[in-house]
Amino acid sequence: MVQASPKTQTNYDVIVVGSGAGGGMAAYQLAVAGLKVCVLEAGRSYDPVRETPMFKLPRQAPLLGAGTKHKPFGFFDATVDGGWDVPGEPYTNAPGTDFKWWRARMLGGRTNHWGRISLRMGEYDFKPKTRDGLGADWPLSYDDLAPYYDRTEMLIGVYGGDDNLENTPGSPAGVLQPAPAPRAPELLTKKHSAPLGIPVIPAHLAIMTQRQDADVLPKKIHPNNPLAQKVLAQSMRQRAACLWATPCGWGCSVKANFQSTTVLLPPAMMTGNVDIVPDAMVRELILDASGKATGVHYIDKTTRTDRQVKARVVVLAASACESARIMLNSKSPQFPNGVANSSGLVGKYLMDTVGAGIGGQIPALENLPPHNQDGASGMHMYVPWWQYKEQLAGKLGFARGYHIEFGGGRDMPGPGIFGGLENFTDGAYGKRFKQEARRYYGSFMYFSGRGEMIPNEDSYCEIDPTVVDQWGIPVLRFHWKWSEHETKQAAHMQKTFAEMIVAMGGKVQGTVQTDGAKAIANGGEIIHEVGTCRMGTDPKTSVLNQYCQSWDVKNLFVTDGSVFVSNADKNPTLSILALAWRTCDHILAEMQRGNI
Amino acid sequence: MRDEQTPPPASMDRRDALKVMAAAAATASLADGLLPSVADAQQVVGPGGKAAPRPRTAAAPVPPKSGPRGTITDPDLLNAKATWPRLLTATELVTLAALCDMIIPADDTSPSASAVGVPAYINEYVSAPYDWAERALVRVRGGLTWLDVESGKRFTKRFIALTVAEKTQICDDICYSAKAKPEFVAAARFFDQIRDLTASGFYTTDAGMKDLQYIGNVPLAKWDGPPAAVLKHLGLV
Repeated sequence: MVQASPKTQTNYDVIVVGSGAGGGMAAYQLAVAGLKVCVLEAGRSYDPVRETPMFKLPRQAPLLGAGTKHKPFGFFDATVDGGWDVPGEPYTNAPGTDFKWWRARMLGGRTNHWGRISLRMGEYDFKPKTRDGLGADWPLSYDDLAPYYDRTEMLIGVYGGDDNLENTPGSPAGVLQPAPAPRAPELLTKKHSAPLGIPVIPAHLAIMTQRQDADVLPKKIHPNNPLAQKVLAQSMRQRAACLWATPCGWGCSVKANFQSTTVLLPPAMMTGNVDIVPDAMVRELILDASGKATGVHYIDKTTRTDRQVKARVVVLAASACESARIMLNSKSPQFPNGVANSSGLVGKYLMDTVGAGIGGQIPALENLPPHNQDGASGMHMYVPWWQYKEQLAGKLGFARGYHIEFGGGRDMPGPGIFGGLENFTDGAYGKRFKQEARRYYGSFMYFSGRGEMIPNEDSYCEIDPTVVDQWGIPVLRFHWKWSEHETKQAAHMQKTFAEMIVAMGGKVQGTVQTDGAKAIANGGEIIHEVGTCRMGTDPKTSVLNQYCQSWDVKNLFVTDGSVFVSNADKNPTLSILALAWRTCDHILAEMQRGNI
Repeated sequence: MRDEQTPPPASMDRRDALKVMAAAAATASLADGLLPSVADAQQVVGPGGKAAPRPRTAAAPVPPKSGPRGTITDPDLLNAKATWPRLLTATELVTLAALCDMIIPADDTSPSASAVGVPAYINEYVSAPYDWAERALVRVRGGLTWLDVESGKRFTKRFIALTVAEKTQICDDICYSAKAKPEFVAAARFFDQIRDLTASGFYTTDAGMKDLQYIGNVPLAKWDGPPAAVLKHLGLV
């Protein structure tokens, strides 16, 4: 049933579906350009200033804050109504597939809890096929996106070092904030990794180590736009620098890290040009007879009724799989396979990040003098991929690289602390257990690889014709397969981490798998799904052009991870933000030219 | 906020911390009224809706309709509570407390596990509404009963009535499942789980964090990295 609003009926310039990285950036950029924007969010409204459980302790939560299926990253994690299983919103897997689809049904989406790791893609990452013959090239180059990376980093606040390594681009002077001093385990890792030829350098995270200069940055970021300068300066003045405590994944009430809800949506709202509709689950695009998008249908979750909103332009930013789902569910005689899908590629080339890890016990870290090691909650140092030359020469047996995220040491005691300590102490209990606990506390580290997956024909999502969710919307069915490039990479990760642990004088915990299929995380578990509506130069082999504009429907744009052509080891959020900004500039130019 | 029993961190003085928090609080309250206001349905277009006026711009900020809904996927994080009924009986809890205190007894540095409420945490854990908790409940109940049966066989008493030396004799047989004799493997797995849970419950209390000399979860005005003594210990200077 379609229900008309009893209130004033209005039209917008732009509908933005989703309020996370891609949707938040689109709402902000289009609103400061003076357009009237309606943001539709499938989850509830969310206010990090009031709701973030800053400084809470594990004992203040059920089960000491441990993760459950309802709160997979722990009780205090910022995610609301999210996870790999969202009640009432199922998905299915084809036989033999065990893909996990993460959702976050809340204002700001996953930007509220994400890892804040903000790595630029490098020049190789945009032209992977040219370099090694696999996958596909992007229709743009690093140089095309670099100015948007610069401005995005200045806008959201990113700390990092000044390294400029092969395919690991640095940022121009004055763009990044200073990297925080490394922690003890990070320094120890750096020292012992150097002889292995493994570089340990400052990580780039969207966390502010100092307040932004609200007098200077807005003018740099938005030259010739007084409205943008005004709202951005106001927004920047409301952000504090990091307090060096309490996990970023819980959100940040002082706005020291990047969340759409603290960094993009507030200045967007200050323009007066944006309305946000929460609990609005978009199910289908509306098209006119000429094939142009005129609006969307959504289910108002609070009343379980179908509604419409109309606009000149529609921007999908609902997350890679959700945007593909909306397009595939938008069937009409004109678009029998779903809107903007003349290529048949909507839903195809789904990618995640390769993940594998291993832990170690490091005797050198035992009995360290007590000191505060919390830091910026995320990592201060990381390892960028370092074997480009060996790889290109075919010496590694897999085609693409990974970076290493690592940590450990004197973290706040939480649930599971000392799990498995019996293996180090021959089953100690009693007073000896307490002594062993004091000795071993702070001496455990963990190394995680995050690597590139090459898109393949066997990994995709489609509509399951037989299942709907509680909103009556047909659900996604996933198909998934890793290639040997990914499984061999995962085995290489574990082997390398074991070498690093041994080089530090440590003992590897668990089994180092030689069969990478036993080491690799399930598809979807790293929560970097991208690639279901890829960009390209040819309408036959891509869904979108280089500005993330549909080849088939000129006023339909996509600004989430679905536009990715490849999935470099660099975590996708920073690139989603930069691409979304570039898309918005194109939308404005196309509107000015009268094309849309 | 700051745990009163945690020793003051070396790298910060309390006045600095208060300044940082005050600045943060001021920032937060400034921002409070400026968060996204939530538009309701006034922008909706009905079927066949014709050219309509431009949308009303948000003239006055509307208070956001945000806030937790109190469901299992959207709990109130600031007033958290495990609400499920606890399943272990009073008798089971007494036996459990005796075992927890064999694992973490009082010593010169910190109190015993039962003194800081560890049995209550284990009861919360095994009673939780999850599949893994159902399995844990079976293992814990079975293990507690086994302890009394074994105590009866060896000493004709219940576990709680044993001397420390007698309890030790039993615990020595079950304290490490990897090396336990076949007839003790099931009990040893139970012991492993209780040891893990006891450690989790104990070291997340104020007393437990103090025992480990965890320092942190306090706002700092600046971040300096590890102190010189740490670098020296690691051979990094």
